[in-house]
Amino acid sequence: MITKGARILVEELIRHGVTTVFGFPGGAVLDIYDELYKCSDRIDHIITAHEQGASHAADGYARVTGKTGVVIATSGPGATNLVTGIANAYLDSVPMVAITGNVAESMLGKDSFQEVDIVGITLPIVKHSYIARDVCELENIITEAFEIAQSGRKGPVLIDIPKSTQQAMCEYAGSAEIKKRKKKKPYDITEALELIKDSKRPYIYCGGGAIASDMGNKIVELSQKIDAPIGLSMMGLTAVPGSYELNMGMTGMHGRLASIIAQAEADLLIGIGVRFSDRATGNVDEYRKNCKIIHIDIDEAEFGKNIPGIVELCGDAGEIVGDLIANLPKLDHSSWTGKLVKQKSIDDTPRKPGGFVPRNIIRMVNNFVKPDTVVATDVGQHQMWTMQHYRFREPRTLLTSGGLGTMGYGLGAAIGGCVANNRRRTILFTGDGSFGMNLNELATAVSQRLPILIVLFNNNTLGMVRQWQNMFYESRYSSTTLNRGTDFEKLAKAFGADGARVTSMEELTDVLDGGLPKDGPFLLECMIDIDELVLPMIPAGGSFKDLVVD
Amino acid sequence: MAKKFIIGLLVNNHYGVLNRIAGLYNKRGYNIDSLTVGETEDPRYSRMTIVSSGDEYMKTQVVKQLNKLHDVKMAKIIEDENAVSVEHLLLKLKTGAEGNSDIAALLNVYGAKVMDLGKDFIIVDMTGSSEKIDEFMRKCIPFGILELCRSGSLSLTKDGSNELSALYLDKLEEEY
Repeated sequence: MITKGARILVEELIRHGVTTVFGFPGGAVLDIYDELYKCSDRIDHIITAHEQGASHAADGYARVTGKTGVVIATSGPGATNLVTGIANAYLDSVPMVAITGNVAESMLGKDSFQEVDIVGITLPIVKHSYIARDVCELENIITEAFEIAQSGRKGPVLIDIPKSTQQAMCEYAGSAEIKKRKKKKPYDITEALELIKDSKRPYIYCGGGAIASDMGNKIVELSQKIDAPIGLSMMGLTAVPGSYELNMGMTGMHGRLASIIAQAEADLLIGIGVRFSDRATGNVDEYRKNCKIIHIDIDEAEFGKNIPGIVELCGDAGEIVGDLIANLPKLDHSSWTGKLVKQKSIDDTPRKPGGFVPRNIIRMVNNFVKPDTVVATDVGQHQMWTMQHYRFREPRTLLTSGGLGTMGYGLGAAIGGCVANNRRRTILFTGDGSFGMNLNELATAVSQRLPILIVLFNNNTLGMVRQWQNMFYESRYSSTTLNRGTDFEKLAKAFGADGARVTSMEELTDVLDGGLPKDGPFLLECMIDIDELVLPMIPAGGSFKDLVVD
Repeated sequence: MAKKFIIGLLVNNHYGVLNRIAGLYNKRGYNIDSLTVGETEDPRYSRMTIVSSGDEYMKTQVVKQLNKLHDVKMAKIIEDENAVSVEHLLLKLKTGAEGNSDIAALLNVYGAKVMDLGKDFIIVDMTGSSEKIDEFMRKCIPFGILELCRSGSLSLTKDGSNELSALYLDKLEEEY
């Protein structure tokens, strides 16, 4: 059939399995929104308060479903408002297709009203990008964009569509296919098998790639077979159930002690879908000192980028680990793993039982919700407390900004995650600093009647920055004490939501037991001490030896 | 230690590709010493030769990162000892009654061609290795260099492989 470009776009989105898109309309995408209106029985559009929120929502949606998240923005400022969300998806390898409108082709390059070179602006933070100048190329471009976003190491793709392309007519077949060019490279596990058999203290370290590869069961199976503890990067945190005995939890700068000790004492590290971020490794020389490294990743460029491995296996992590399991004998390292399990239980012993402190608040919320509850966080101390104390039970239940560290990510992501999880109860752990960045998305959560429980840790400060000022800048608290006087309960109510302020565990219990709204957000403001720290901590560039525990 | 090395690339032949490649170098903090690009025997692809300088880490990383770009069909290190590499030079020299015979002798020795002859200048064209062109330019200085224009390196491997050819890509596509 012959149809206009905007309709081709919407039909292609539907053909690629997209059921929900997030975005914000504007002059340069009017034609697309007109077609979305006509196709609203087949595809939902969720309008956010700001395009950044829409991009984080698409990101959260993608992390929960494993599908490609889609965000639409108009030209100029609409497009530039996506930049942080695209960069966030790029750093965390989240599959996303960002669609921006642009001025008509004849107006391109003339500094026209609301014109911006969004392809140029986003070049360093996308896997690939397109300007769809020719309507007849649109079908192929969209198909290719979805293929690129999901293939190999996943990531964001941008399609900039001039208004003239949206309005131009073209024959639409709806059958474009893209030939996959990248051939799987063969890998050889022989040396890895020998290293694992010879190891006395093997340690499995998993990142976001383990979740992208949906291989949590295989990691547990490998751990059981070779009797090795598992440590997780923040991005890999839900790869393995928190209840698994040898799951030592997050490692790195604010990792759990058992996990940090396991890594420091290991003689062999099996890295699966990790990029050895500086937040995880600290001092690289110390990190590698007594430890041989087997690195498994789908992205060849990760090998040797931050840490050189002795053996590098390129391919799908699930497939490679499956091969390792099939070819390894059952091993026993119980004298070592037993010690670590003991350490883990010491870590779990509360320091201030019953106190109104982040650990206890998070544990209380943890007990209150179902195992498949999606949890989003913003960035800061509350994020690290969540990583340390929340027990994630199922994969794809954590939405957090790992690579970019985007304050203001959480609420948008929670909205996307909640929609993706059939609009079931979703938790957002946030701080007063982070929440201030994109709190306008409360309007979206209210209008969509999304049951998001926002647990806001209010310590009247930018806590993580203050912690660094406390530890490394002789307590010169430059611009971190907020004193904004925001009444978050009233703020929630002004947006049409409900909320409460709590100052004790008893009050918290009362609110949670009293019942939360089933179809709308609830903001729970937890007043905590300004001097609460995230511990343990390894200072940037430090090693296990520099660990600060108290 | 920083060393020069050559990367050969086959890339899609459309607008914006050069920007993506230059952007990657910029983003990762790598240096481009020279870059040449032109259409191949198949107009769908362009061939680039990039000369960079950096350590072993950069050398291996840059090729891996280039190969991740969607528009890059193939990127490979071209080992210096296994390659024919040439650069191209256009040079405008001052002329006068004195020294003209010396210029003519120099052009003869280096195999440079006269492309244009003015009243008091001459434009010569020379093709050769980077070192040979450097040497030729040094010897031209005394005559007075008015302007010059120099290309980056063009490199092909000396062995029989054709991995950086459009034909090879077609063959790969058939296999996939």
